Amino acid sequence: MAITEEPPLILELESGETKPSTGAFARPTYAKGWRAWVFTVDHKKIGIMYGAVAMFWFLWGGIEALLIRTQLLTPNGTVLTAEQYNQIFTMHGTTMVFLVIMPLAAAFANYIVPLQIGARDVAFPRMNALGLWIFVFGGIFLNLSWFLGGGPDGGWFAYAPNTSVTFSPGAGMDFYAMGLQIAGIASLVGAINLIVTIINMRAPGMTLLRMPVFTWMILVVQFLLLFALPVITVALVLLSLDRTFDANFFNVGMGADPLLWQHLFWIFGHPEVYILILPSFGIVSETLPVFSRKPLFGYSVIVISGAAIGFMGWGVWAHHMFVSGLGPVSVAAFSATTMFIAVPTGVKILNWIATMWGGKITFTVPMMFSISLVSMFTIGGLSGVMHSVAPADTQQTDTYFIVAHFHYVLFGGALMGLFAGMYYWWPKAFGYKLNETLGKWHFWIVLVGFNLTFGPMHILGLQGMARRHSRYGPEDGFDFWNLMVSIGAFVILIGMIIFAINIVKTWLGYKAGTIEQSPADPWDGRTLEWSIPSPTPEHNFDYVPVVTDLDDFWHKKYQKDENGKLRKVADGNAIAQLGDQHPHLPSPSYWPIVLASGLPLIALGLIYTLWLTGIGLLVLVAAIYGWSLEPHTDPDVGHGHGDDHDDHDEPDGDHSENLIDSPKDESTEEAPVG
Amino acid sequence: MNVITDSHVEGTVEHEDHGLSDLGYIKIALLLAVLTAIEVLTYFVDFGVLEVPSLLILMVVKFQIVISYFMHLKFDSKIFSYLFITGLVLAVVVFAAMATSLVFWTDPAGCDAGRFC
Amino acid sequence: MDNATEVNTSQLAYGPTEWDDYDVPPLTTGLSNEKMTMWAFLGSDCLLFAALISTYLLLRNRVGPDTDGSTAAELFDIPFTSVSSFVLLMSSLTMVLAVTSIGRGEIERCKMWLLTTATLGAVFIAGQVYEFTGFYREGLGFTTNISSSAFFTLTGFHGVHVSLGIIMLVTLWSLISRGNIGAERAETVEIIGLYWHFVDIVWIVIFAVVYLIP
Repeated sequence: MAITEEPPLILELESGETKPSTGAFARPTYAKGWRAWVFTVDHKKIGIMYGAVAMFWFLWGGIEALLIRTQLLTPNGTVLTAEQYNQIFTMHGTTMVFLVIMPLAAAFANYIVPLQIGARDVAFPRMNALGLWIFVFGGIFLNLSWFLGGGPDGGWFAYAPNTSVTFSPGAGMDFYAMGLQIAGIASLVGAINLIVTIINMRAPGMTLLRMPVFTWMILVVQFLLLFALPVITVALVLLSLDRTFDANFFNVGMGADPLLWQHLFWIFGHPEVYILILPSFGIVSETLPVFSRKPLFGYSVIVISGAAIGFMGWGVWAHHMFVSGLGPVSVAAFSATTMFIAVPTGVKILNWIATMWGGKITFTVPMMFSISLVSMFTIGGLSGVMHSVAPADTQQTDTYFIVAHFHYVLFGGALMGLFAGMYYWWPKAFGYKLNETLGKWHFWIVLVGFNLTFGPMHILGLQGMARRHSRYGPEDGFDFWNLMVSIGAFVILIGMIIFAINIVKTWLGYKAGTIEQSPADPWDGRTLEWSIPSPTPEHNFDYVPVVTDLDDFWHKKYQKDENGKLRKVADGNAIAQLGDQHPHLPSPSYWPIVLASGLPLIALGLIYTLWLTGIGLLVLVAAIYGWSLEPHTDPDVGHGHGDDHDDHDEPDGDHSENLIDSPKDESTEEAPVG
Repeated sequence: MNVITDSHVEGTVEHEDHGLSDLGYIKIALLLAVLTAIEVLTYFVDFGVLEVPSLLILMVVKFQIVISYFMHLKFDSKIFSYLFITGLVLAVVVFAAMATSLVFWTDPAGCDAGRFC
Repeated sequence: MDNATEVNTSQLAYGPTEWDDYDVPPLTTGLSNEKMTMWAFLGSDCLLFAALISTYLLLRNRVGPDTDGSTAAELFDIPFTSVSSFVLLMSSLTMVLAVTSIGRGEIERCKMWLLTTATLGAVFIAGQVYEFTGFYREGLGFTTNISSSAFFTLTGFHGVHVSLGIIMLVTLWSLISRGNIGAERAETVEIIGLYWHFVDIVWIVIFAVVYLIP
């Protein structure tokens, strides 16, 4: 019985006989091979696929970044033409925002959130798969433009009327508008699913204020997505109507207002930057306490400031438009709100520092990435506050100072946090830790390369070098710092290659048996995902955890003795669940991927020839009916889903000797929670 | 938040008190019809300065009646109300701010770039 | 130290509980996932229509340099639109009657109200098609000017929502007819009803803000 999906659309007749799916296929049952992945509805496989696809686009977006830096290596670069340069920087931004950071956050949200709230899956497993496949097809569709006449060339913000047919006659912007609408549907589906999951699927006893901070931040992000995506959808629809059906929304010749697009885009675009950064804030709020061996300082303050960022993020969008002729009153108003939003962000930074203060810090790779988020994001945040001062912003707009700012928050902030999450949760997802030595090389090289790349951009910006220009002259005096920036970009590349080597090497080592299986609780973690074996069994939890505290699993391991001192009373690996139960799980399904495949066909048809749209609609409708008439689960499948997880080591027995360590110095660091 | 934490029990009795009788709904619909008639009346009769405010008030009242009774928000869990009202309030506030910025806060005399408007 | 030795190694942090008879524990809030999904979606859709309505309001008087172009508002036939608005409003009543009748287990009556609702929706759409054709004959097409693009996009989006609602209602009707949905799934009818009422309240706003306010 698939417990987490909607109840079946009655496949049992009144007579009691079971009608096999009404004209639809039975559900697939593959447990191994590629089909087990393509048709899966398991939130863990979906999370891993989100991550894998996002890393592919990360490589792609990175190549685009390196092309940009190669072009700007010297004055009057000749690697790219101006047109190619426009397309490359547009797609670099679009790819990194929509195809890398958002899906990486979705990967963690899908994999970790159900584990942290003690659920066996999300509320709607098939919708979860649908979101993944729509995102995959949306990304492919967006990049098809490279082969069909050139990429989008209007910047990732696609200011209309600059992106109307008159100024951007190629099909690139059509692919942009349609592709982002498709990706937006994916995010909306995922957002609703996760909201319902977090509100409604928590383990018994897990009140909202006992929820891990990562889950909290994901909840805030999903609400931001829920309410921000319709706005960009409207903007993109208007642009598509203009470009494809000759509407006049952005036709200045007819008296259109160019500010309309900017408002619509940034009403979405500013919540979007919090959509990008808050998941990483959540990740470091998990890693910093674990590796400082202290509870998070001011849990409720961090949660509330996260929610406050979510709300206030709706009132600052026009600071992206200070030089667009908004009028002095608007500029002053949005300047003030922008200054205010620095407050909850600063509160978070202080909380993280206070968490580390006096802690017994272990410098593991996830901890190092987390600390770099705190410091690098602070730099980016400070230059952000500079931008809230409108007169200063007027000088900085469209210079490399802005480029430096948002790379410090998105690379130094979001991406560093996501890497911290990868190293932190890798053992939970795959059953083995990534190599710490290679990880440290990865970290230091990326950190140095990152600062070498984006630090000098502040100087270039203040010197007056404009963004989005494909070349600069030898007389401009930008040569030296541009050279440094380009060198830095290639240093980052070396760091990322080391990361790739790390993944491959540890995977091969794990397969060959030279790298040991990770225990359930390798980091002495605090949240529920560490109370189950690594890698996570297919059904997540043998027994539903009943929660009585914030950081409940930690409280199972550490308790106060008669003197009121905290002592370790149990080892996490010894008291973890064994993963030996086999509760019923939802069956895989064909329909999510079929349904998703209809959308790019519809979009291609709108750009080229309408009959393709017809085919796409047919696929869509057929898939929706197949979906809703699908039998709820395959009646022949019993409890077979746990079968491919039998190979992990049972953690009991081996760890009993660790049990009796009650290191006093460690436990005194732990302040009581709550 | 307490609503969420304590409602394991609540959920089981959720279906007891669910909305009005059919006759009650018909009365609500009649009320809506009357309100619509008043709205349409503004087209034929001159309400003067009251026209726009009265139309807006009638709109809000009709909206409120439909979501509270036909959509059961009045009888259902507050969580549903929070989900919907959050979207609604955000929608109204954000787009009111956008329209204010675009319509009222612009400088009709044009922009002096030196004063960063 | 001594305390630690007393812990039984076979003891799990989270062992069997009273919840184990369930594949998952009861839902945290006791509310239905599906209904919550619909409400979240409707909250999201508020932003969609708010963006479209404000776009229309900002652009409604922009007819371009060609001064003889008219705005959509100049062609409104208020008595006609009032009737179709009234039809849509009454479809909300029939929808709610469908919900209450399936709640009482009256399948046939529910089917009847569902079909009535779908028919009233179809009448509304027919009225919209008639209105659009009239505008087109008067020379106001989708591409004529900014005002017309904004008008057709806003009302078109709403029309698409209504049409999707009709398709859902008819599908629901056929599923009930075939016995695929019975009285125990009354919530499905209620959820589709929520969508239908939402489409109605959007029209309440559009009718007042776009049509009636001069």
